[in-house]
Amino acid sequence: MHVPDGFIDAPVSAAAGVVAAAAVAVSLRGARRELAATGPGAGTGAERTAPLAGLVAAFIFAVQMLNFPVAAGTSGHLLGGALAAILVGPYTGVLCVSVVLLMQGVLFADGGLTALGVNISDMAVITTAVAYAVFRLLVRVLPRTRRSVAVASFTAALLSVPAAAVCFTAFYALGGTTDVALGKVFTAMVGVHVLIGLGEAVITALTVGAVLAVRPDLVYGARGLTRPLELRTSPLAADDAPAAAPAAPAPAPAAPRRSPRRLWLAGLAAALVCAGGLSYYASSSPDGLEKVAHDKGLDTRTEEHATADSPLADYSVKDIANRRLAGGLAGVIGVAATLAAGTGVFVVLRRRKAAADTPAPAADTPAEQH
Amino acid sequence: MGAGHAHKLYRDGRSPVHALPAHCKIAAVFCFVLVVVATPRTAAWAFALYAGLLAAVAAAARVPAGFLLKRLLIEVPFVAFAVLMPFVAEGPRTHLLGLDLSVSGLWGAWNVLAKGTLGVAASVLLAATTELRQLLLGLERLRIPPLLVQIASFMIRYGDVLTDELRRMRIARLSRGFEARGVRHWGVLAKSAGALFIRSYERGERVHLAMVSRGYTGTMPLTDTATATRTHWTRAAALPLAALAVCLLGWIL
Repeated sequence: MHVPDGFIDAPVSAAAGVVAAAAVAVSLRGARRELAATGPGAGTGAERTAPLAGLVAAFIFAVQMLNFPVAAGTSGHLLGGALAAILVGPYTGVLCVSVVLLMQGVLFADGGLTALGVNISDMAVITTAVAYAVFRLLVRVLPRTRRSVAVASFTAALLSVPAAAVCFTAFYALGGTTDVALGKVFTAMVGVHVLIGLGEAVITALTVGAVLAVRPDLVYGARGLTRPLELRTSPLAADDAPAAAPAAPAPAPAAPRRSPRRLWLAGLAAALVCAGGLSYYASSSPDGLEKVAHDKGLDTRTEEHATADSPLADYSVKDIANRRLAGGLAGVIGVAATLAAGTGVFVVLRRRKAAADTPAPAADTPAEQH
Repeated sequence: MGAGHAHKLYRDGRSPVHALPAHCKIAAVFCFVLVVVATPRTAAWAFALYAGLLAAVAAAARVPAGFLLKRLLIEVPFVAFAVLMPFVAEGPRTHLLGLDLSVSGLWGAWNVLAKGTLGVAASVLLAATTELRQLLLGLERLRIPPLLVQIASFMIRYGDVLTDELRRMRIARLSRGFEARGVRHWGVLAKSAGALFIRSYERGERVHLAMVSRGYTGTMPLTDTATATRTHWTRAAALPLAALAVCLLGWIL
C-alpha cells in the first residue's frame, strides 16, 4: 500500500506531511518513556531509545521479508504495525514503522517522497494507534490470561489494517488525483485490506504468543499481566513458623475473577438497548447486498422469503401502528429469541459435559462451578 | 566504511553528482518531485522534459540506463493499479481497440504512472549516487531530529544482520525437513518471527550496554564538518530550478 508520488495532490500531501511530522515528534518523546529501563539504576531512557528502537525497526524491516505461504504459490507478509505496538508500545511502534517507511522511501524508492506524509499517517500512525487502542481495551475487558492476550492481538491486528485503508480513502477523498468514485475506492480498499488484515491478525497473534511463551516481560502490552512470584513453603515449615506467614507481604491478590454473570447481564442490556432504542435510527434503506442485487436486477427472480408474512417480518411487529414502537419491540423480541436459543444450546452442552464429568473426583467440581 | 558496508543500491563512482554533499542532493530531489507532482497532467510534453532532465543527471552521474530501469521495477504493483483505472473510473467514455474506457480514468492512469515513475527514478538516482552514511548525515543536516536519524542508522546497520539471522533460521528449518506450504505452517513461521524479535531486542540491549561503556550519552559525536558551499547548492539546485521552469510553462501553456 505504499502510495507513490502523484497519487495524492500536493496540498493534501503537504498537510499529511505536517500531521506525520507532529505524530513522529510526539512519539519520539513517548518512546523515551516506553524504552526506559525498569530495573535499578534506570536512566531517563534517552540513551536507550536509539539502539533499542533502531533494532526494533530493523526487526520490522526483516520480518517483512518473512513470507507466509497462503495457497497455490501466493504468499503474504507481515506489515508489522500492530505487532510493533503490542510488543514495544504504541509510541515506539509509530516511530519504528515511520523509520522503516522513511528508509524505504529514500533508499528503495518504495513509496513516493512527497507521499511520505500520507504513507506515515496511514500505515504507521493509524495502524499502530488503532491496534493499540483495541488491544488495551480488550485486555482490560477479557480475563487476564495468555489466551486473551492472543485474542486481543488478533482483533487488534484485524482491525488495524482496514483502518489504514479507511484513512487512505479519506486522503483520497480530500486530494485524490483520479476520478474513480469514492465508494468504489472505499469498497476495493477496505475489501482487500480486510483479507490482508485476516492474515496479519493470525500471524500477529501467533507471533505475540510465541514471544509471550519465552519472554513475557518483553511484551509491552502484557506488562501488567505477569503475576509477581509467589513464595511457597512446605506445610512442615509453615507449621514451624506460623507467625512468619502473616508477616510476609501479602501477595497481590490474583487478578480479580470477573463473574460471567455480570458480563452476561451487561451484554444483555447492551443488546436490548441496541435492539429496542437504536434500531429506530437505523437506516431503513436496503443494505449493501440487497441494493446491489436490486440495481443489477438480480433480485427479480428471488422468491419472497418463506417467513415474509410472519408477525416479525422486516424487523417490525405486524399489528402495531407506531413505527418506533414496532421496530423496537421487534428488536427486543429478536434479542430474547436469540438469547433463548443460545442459552438453550449452552445449557444442553453443559449438562452433557456435567454428565460426562460425574465419575471424575469431586475435587474437580469447584472448578466447574463458575 | 569499508566496501562490506556499502549497500547494494549504491554505485561507487567519481562524478560531479557523487561529489555533491548529501543534504543538497536530498533537498534537490525532494523539490524536484514536489514540482513534478504539481504539474498539470495534461501537459504531456512537460513530463517528457522531466524525464530528459533525469536522464541528463544519470548521464552526469555515469549511472547506466540498465541499472536505472531495473530498479524502476519496484513500481510494478502500482502499474497494475493504474492499468485498472480506465475501466473503473467515471465520466465520459471512449472506445479504444474495442475496449470501453473512461477518459478521465485514462488521464488518471497516465498521471499516476508518469509522476510515480519520475519520483521513483529520482529517488533511485539519489540512492545510487549517495553513500548510506552520507545520506543519514544529510538527513540530520536537514534538521531531521538527531534521534530519528540515529534510529534510522541503527536500522540500516542491523537490518542486514537480522536478515541474515532470518536466513539462518530458514536454513535450519529446511535442514530439519520443514517446508512451509500453506496456512497450516504459519505457527512455525510465527515462532521464527517471535524468536527473531527476542534476539533483536536482546541484541539491542547488548548494543546499548556496549555503547554506554564507551561513553555514549544519547548523542552521536559529529566527526566530519563538511559543509556545503554556495557552488554545491547552485549545482544541486539546477535540477529543481529547471523542473520549475518546465512546470510554470506547463501551467501557462
